[in-house]
Parts: sequence; structure tokens; C-alpha cells
Amino acid sequence: MGFESRKLPNNGDWAVEAQGLIKNFGDNRAVDGVDLNVRAGSIYGVLGPNGAGKTTTIRMLATLLRADAGSARIFGHDVMKESQIVRQLIGVTGQYASVDESLSATENLIIFSRLLGLGRAESRKKAMELLEEFDLTEAAKRPLKNFSGGMRRRLDLAASLIAQPPLLFLDEPTTGLDPRTRNQMWDTIRRLVNSGSTVLLTTQYLQEADELADRIAVIDHGRVVAEGTVNELKSSVGTSSLQLSIQDDKDLEVARRKVEEVLKVKSVVSPEGSRITAPMADADLVTDLLISFRQSGIQLAELSVQKPTLDEVFLSITESSKGQHEPSSVESSGGMKG
Amino acid sequence: MKTTTMTQGTKRQLRNSTSLGQTIRNSLTMAYRGLLKIRRTPEQLFDVTLQPIIFTLMFTYIFGGAISGDIQSYLPVIIPGILVQTVITTSVVTGTQLREDMDKGVFDRFKSLPIARIAPLAGALLADTVRYTIATVLTFSMGFLMGYRPEGGLGHVAIAALLVIVCAWAISWIFAFFGVIARTASSVQGISMIILFPLTFLSNAFVSADTMPNWLQWFVKINPISHLVTAVRDLANNGTVGWDLIASLLGAAVIVAIFAPITVRAYMRRT
Repeated sequence: MGFESRKLPNNGDWAVEAQGLIKNFGDNRAVDGVDLNVRAGSIYGVLGPNGAGKTTTIRMLATLLRADAGSARIFGHDVMKESQIVRQLIGVTGQYASVDESLSATENLIIFSRLLGLGRAESRKKAMELLEEFDLTEAAKRPLKNFSGGMRRRLDLAASLIAQPPLLFLDEPTTGLDPRTRNQMWDTIRRLVNSGSTVLLTTQYLQEADELADRIAVIDHGRVVAEGTVNELKSSVGTSSLQLSIQDDKDLEVARRKVEEVLKVKSVVSPEGSRITAPMADADLVTDLLISFRQSGIQLAELSVQKPTLDEVFLSITESSKGQHEPSSVESSGGMKG
Repeated sequence: MKTTTMTQGTKRQLRNSTSLGQTIRNSLTMAYRGLLKIRRTPEQLFDVTLQPIIFTLMFTYIFGGAISGDIQSYLPVIIPGILVQTVITTSVVTGTQLREDMDKGVFDRFKSLPIARIAPLAGALLADTVRYTIATVLTFSMGFLMGYRPEGGLGHVAIAALLVIVCAWAISWIFAFFGVIARTASSVQGISMIILFPLTFLSNAFVSADTMPNWLQWFVKINPISHLVTAVRDLANNGTVGWDLIASLLGAAVIVAIFAPITVRAYMRRT
């Protein structure tokens, strides 16, 4: 029975299918033709900086916001035409906690349970269960005003799980959490997926996407600029990146040209000044680069090697999409491996 | 297939509509939330407790002698008037609080739940009837302490109280609408007061319309607040039911019929 009802008409294995979603706020196009396909039972990460359109996209998928154009289906159900069905299949945890500040944790969970159709006794039982599961029992009676950020997020997530929805939207679930609480949140998310749920999460951190997501879409200026598995995405910027600080700003352009020549990659000059960042696929080539710097009389102030960060993935993807006037896929920047 | 906690969620029947029963249950749950909030923040009740006490004392002793000769004979005039004015003014708070509430993240969760769309609004408005009840009871009690003995008897006073509460609830849909479309809570307060001040004062709430200029009498007579005040006076002072009662209830029904749907629509459209 559970299996059959999960097989909804024509949905195949897709939890989310979105095509060409567009949303304008006044003159500002927040989401500009986003396509997303999320396989049921997976964790899908939407990665991007503030204001890229991540939250707006999630809000459209979660029936909180009406798209200006495009379509989206959740387990085969149209988010606009069958919104009330979609709401029975999803749980949403917002960026800011979507719980009632003036009430206690128990009261919050009981009210949400009652709204979802549970009886009085059932609601109380459910609330107790969830409080225990999320380690909130001790604080259950206190007003939320005194809750820490981590406790609030946990309660928020607990509230999203009352109806045991097969698809969960988590909008920046760990932004602002300390590392320990963040790790706990990651464990919880993994546990959810192991129990059969699908999770679509947004994040600003590559590391988070790296830890959790099976596939990632990078969003910038309301568009998907890259999509793929974590490994595909990372290899597009090289395994590590080389950071060079040049002593004399006058040499910056020359140095940059040398980097691109010798390493055969695209480099990025940091906005705050004389630092060049370039993907480093082959560490051996760096020797050649340093020799060529010495020959041209370019003085280095500092040299370091860093694991890829969202910045690099992001900058390299957006740089190349600017240059080519087309959304770059992970493959198109694969030349960097050379 | 992994069937532990999550897949159970899909076992339920999926329906794209909300039944009337569910709408009522959802609204009552939301009203329960409103009551819990009032209990948690009792300072919200300052306006409904202090205003009836202060206004009743103030207006009675200021106008009593001038309008009716003495305080005692003014009480049957002023108590129904002040009651309607106080309770209707209280309903503005519904709009401002709704605006504040809607700006919080929790409303996103309400919107994402498969509940009746009207429930968060209807629940908030329903919970506010507690405020109207407090204001009503306090106004009548103040009147009683000052020597007001309604001829209509306790039963008719209770009906009058109920009438005022029902009408205030209906009128609160107007302010709920402002609450939903306004940008800030203070702008809701502003718009609402501009409407309410003339409406409550340009009525027969404090003085009989007879001494007013003709054009003003015309307005006072069509003012729905006047009908409500007259209906309350008829009930409390004479124990009679007249055309004004029917007019008040009809007016209330019309307001709800117009404002409830447009408020819900605006609420759903608002991001």
C-alpha cells in the first residue's frame, strides 16, 4: 500500500520536476528560468550566494509563492493546480525559524499536529516523541525567546516532520549554527534520507553540499549556472586552488597571463587587490610557473594552496558563463584539468 | 523499498480540496493558538481593560450634566454608546496584530500546511472575540458601579453584549483586510483610526442627533454605528427588539460576505 501510493501517476522517480521557473519582484527578476530535477530518495543541494534566487525557488516549489512563468511538479502533482495535494507531500523549514516565538516548543508542535489532523492525545504524544528525538525535552516548556539558534532550527525541523512528508525543503538549514550543532543537523538530515525521504536543501557552503548532497545545482542571478554531482563540480575547478599574492600591483596583469599560460587554466583576481586564484590540477606545473615568475622578475608576496571553496567553484563558473554568454555546464569548463 | 517512517506519510489519501469540517477544525485550532498567545502576553489586554474603565468614567462625568441634566439619566445613553465605541475600536488591534504576526516566519509554515486557507485569519479573528468580551463585560460593570440599572434585565443585556461582540467580529474583517494589504502595523493603525474616528463620533453614541445640523443628522442616521448603538439601547434599556437590531446584523453579514473573501485572497497572494 505504501509503495503503491508512492507510485503517483507518471512521476517516475522524480520528487521534483521544475521547468523554466520565473519570478519577478517589481523590476528585479529574482528567478530567471530555473530547471530542477530531483530524484526521489536523494539529497539535492542548491548552492549559491545571497540573493541568487535560492529561497525564491524553494518558495515556489513549496506553494508559498506563485511562479510568474514555468511549471513545477512534486511527485507528479502540479504546484499551482494541485497545491493542496502538494502541501500534503512536503515539509518546509525556512531560513528563519518558522515556529511561533511566543509559544513553547510543546505548544508549537501540538498546534501544528492538530492542524495536520491529529487528535488531542495523538498530538501530545507526537510532540513528546519529536521533542525527545530532537533532544529538546528539557527546554520543552520554556518560551522560544530563550532558545538558542540551534534549538530553534531543531524545533523547526521537528515541526516539518510531524506529517512524515516524503519531500523536505530545507532552506539554509545550518546558516548561523556553530560547527557542533551543524554536524548534528547533518546527521539528522542523513537519517531522514535513510528512512526514505527526499531532501532539497539550499546552502551557501560548498562543504555542506559536499557532505550531504548527491547532486548540486549552482544558482547565480536566478539561473542554474552548473549542475552535477559533487565530484563533477569540484573537478571543474581542480582539486585544489593556488593563491598568489603579488608584491607589486603593476605586475598583476603579467602574472595573471603567466598563470593562464603555464597552468593552462582560467584565473580569478580577487576584488580586494593583488591576489590571483587559479585551480591547480597538476601540482608539478607550479614549479614551471614559479620559474617563469623569477625569469620575468615578478616578486611574490605570498603563496598558498587551498582546497576548493564555493568561491572558486562559483567564481570560475560565473566567469566562464560571462565570457561565453551561455550557461556553462560542468563539462564545458573541464579543460581546466589539462 | 525502505519503509520506515517517511513512506507512511504517503499512505494517506490525497485530496486537493478542504472540507467544511476541516475548515472549522483548522480555524478552531488557530483560535486556540490565539488564546495561548494572549495568555503568554497578557499586556496585550491593556487596551481592552483600561479603555472601558477610563472612557466610561471620563465621558459620563464630562457630558452627563450638560446633556442629560445629571449623571444618572445620562448613563442609559452613554453606556451603550461607549460600549459600541470601545469594542469597535478594539477590533482595530486585530488588524495590527495580524500584520505583525504575518511578518513572522510561522505564517510561512501555516501556508505550507495542507490546511484551509482561511484558518489562520478566521482563527485570529475568533480568538479576538475574547478581547471584545472582556471590553463588553468591563463597560457594563463600570456602568453598574456608577449606578446604571438597565431596565431590560440581565437577559437582554446579555443579548446586547452578544450583538456587539458579533458586530465587532464582523467589522474586524475590515481591519484584517487592511492588516493583510498594509506594509506595516502602524500604517494599519493609521488608516483604521481615520475611518473609525468619524464613524464612532458622528453617531448617536454620545449625544442625541436632534441638536445637530440637518446634513449631519442625515449622516448620523445612516451611520451603521448609530443603528448598533440604538439596537443596544433598545435591548438593554427597554428589553425590546427593533429594526435597528436587524439592520445591525444585516450590516455585519454584508461586511463579512464582502471582506472575508477579499481578505483571504489578498492573504494568499501576499508573499
